[in-house]
Amino acid sequence: MNILVCISRVPDTASRVIVGSDGKTIDPQGIKYIVNPYDEIALEEGLRLREKNGGTVTALTVGGESSKEQLRTALAMGVDSAVIVKTDSSFDSFFVANNISEYAKSINPDIILLGKQSVDFDSLQVPSILGELLGLPSVSVVTKLAIEGNTVTAEREIEGGKEVVETSLPCIISAQKGLNDPRYPKLPDIMKAKSKPIEEKDAVNSDERVTVMGIEIPLKKRAGIILGGEDKDIDEVVRLLHEESKVI
Amino acid sequence: MPYKPIDFFGIDELYHPEELLIRQSVRSFVDTEVIPIIEDSFEKADFHFDLIPKMAELGLFGITIPEEYGGIGANYTSYGLAMQELERGDSGIRSFASVQNSLVMYPINKYGSEEIKKRWLPKLAKGEAIGCFGLTEPDHGSNPGGMITNAVETADSYILNGAKMWITNGTIADIAVVWAKLNGEVCGFLVEKGMKGFTAPEMTGKHSLRASITSELVFQDVEIPKINKLNIKGLKGPLSCLTQARYGIAYGVIGAAMAVYDSALDYSLSRIQFGRPIAGFQLTQEKLVNMFTEISKAQLVAYRLGRLKDDDRATSHQVSFAKRNNVEIALNCCRIAREIHGANGIVNEYNVMRHAANLESVKTYEGTHEIHTLILGEHLTGIPAYQ
Repeated sequence: MNILVCISRVPDTASRVIVGSDGKTIDPQGIKYIVNPYDEIALEEGLRLREKNGGTVTALTVGGESSKEQLRTALAMGVDSAVIVKTDSSFDSFFVANNISEYAKSINPDIILLGKQSVDFDSLQVPSILGELLGLPSVSVVTKLAIEGNTVTAEREIEGGKEVVETSLPCIISAQKGLNDPRYPKLPDIMKAKSKPIEEKDAVNSDERVTVMGIEIPLKKRAGIILGGEDKDIDEVVRLLHEESKVI
Repeated sequence: MPYKPIDFFGIDELYHPEELLIRQSVRSFVDTEVIPIIEDSFEKADFHFDLIPKMAELGLFGITIPEEYGGIGANYTSYGLAMQELERGDSGIRSFASVQNSLVMYPINKYGSEEIKKRWLPKLAKGEAIGCFGLTEPDHGSNPGGMITNAVETADSYILNGAKMWITNGTIADIAVVWAKLNGEVCGFLVEKGMKGFTAPEMTGKHSLRASITSELVFQDVEIPKINKLNIKGLKGPLSCLTQARYGIAYGVIGAAMAVYDSALDYSLSRIQFGRPIAGFQLTQEKLVNMFTEISKAQLVAYRLGRLKDDDRATSHQVSFAKRNNVEIALNCCRIAREIHGANGIVNEYNVMRHAANLESVKTYEGTHEIHTLILGEHLTGIPAYQ
């Protein structure tokens, strides 16, 4: 099985994000970068498919030189090869999908796995644009995946429930939390990944379809409500959870 | 709440990518395998044996040992970071790895014959063999040179007599690196489980390092084959091992300190008194800032020491400095964190009291705080105060 997994470099969700002086980008000072957590799930799924069916897993990223760090993580997790499509300019979802598509055409993967979204800009667009560009079925927000022969059965999250869909290889699957628990690399594999080659490609440029006009930090979180321990307070908590937050 | 480690001075920028990956993997391992079981393990003084193959599989045994002997071949900085993450879980779990790496695999690799290295190192790396290190005796702790355990050479073996105490992993060990006097000089011997006359009863009743096994080693006319003698003479043999382990501790305890700091910060932000979080009170802020400051300083000391070790330039005095300073600040952090947690600081819903109890041992083992003070005192003045 020829498996392609696309990953991206994103700020660690534990980092405190500060808007850069241009008001449009994140100030990278003091930010730690990680593999997008949903992409990690996609990587794990790719590795499991290889373990079950044989074949190879290629990890691909579109980004700057520093994105190689995330490819090293993928190599340490066990992918067979790593490719960076290099660009130094800022880019939108179409740019990323277009470059993945160009690369995918060169290796004709049986399946392309990627996270349902990147936790930096949260556009949720790449898997669908990629489907359109490659003319392949694209199933998003997948929490369960089964492949028998050419038949792909995927369970996906929908508002308030789940949906089971069937499609066939080759296809694109975007991963949601719950699909698996990603492995953490073992120390010997981390050491081996150090010397593995990373293939470099130049990005294909495309006009920006979406331009970021500005980004800002959300206003301070709402003030909490402090209640006591009387029965009436407990009733009030239940009422608030039911009527205001709608979680019960 | 997810763990939020401190990196105020951007030290992460100085670490190599693979060092950070190793730290992250061990951190994830501790989150999934250690933290969920550790309070129970500590309370019941029940060492979780299933952690051994899991640690071995991750690659935590033989981190700095060459790959040809089953090790990882990583640098000392990576080893330090791995110890830091393990000790965020528990000092007892970190102790297990410290002993296997620094006190067993290190001397076998450095002072063992090729045959001995090939026989033991791969098994120790896979966790198929457990090791322990016997130096301290019931009456000789800070003064190991006074040891009475002794060996006598015969035509084809050595005969070992004596006893060791406070030995981590002793009862479960397949191989013990034991230091004994041969013709008045300290020498190292490998004593194997099952050798006639060798017993290793477990010591119980500890209020500290309860998730770790501590034992006595007793030798009554134990016959040791000649090949099991290490190729080193004098106290510098065991002291070189201790320098390795102490280095790991200097890094390790930062993990415990960050664990209790993290818990204290979270607690202070969520605990409401007088209508607002206690984090808003000046006395609490001072406590948090003091912990945060000392942890940041300890990180810088550990980082620099690690790089010196990677260049083979670290001195035992620098290791003494780092062990002494970092253990003390970690223990102080536990005490401050306990105060911030108020009464909750004493219950096992929080990690504070367990780390505090563990670090009381760590302050004393691997060279007491006092001995490290005297080592540095001698370094400054040229006058040894312990003789």
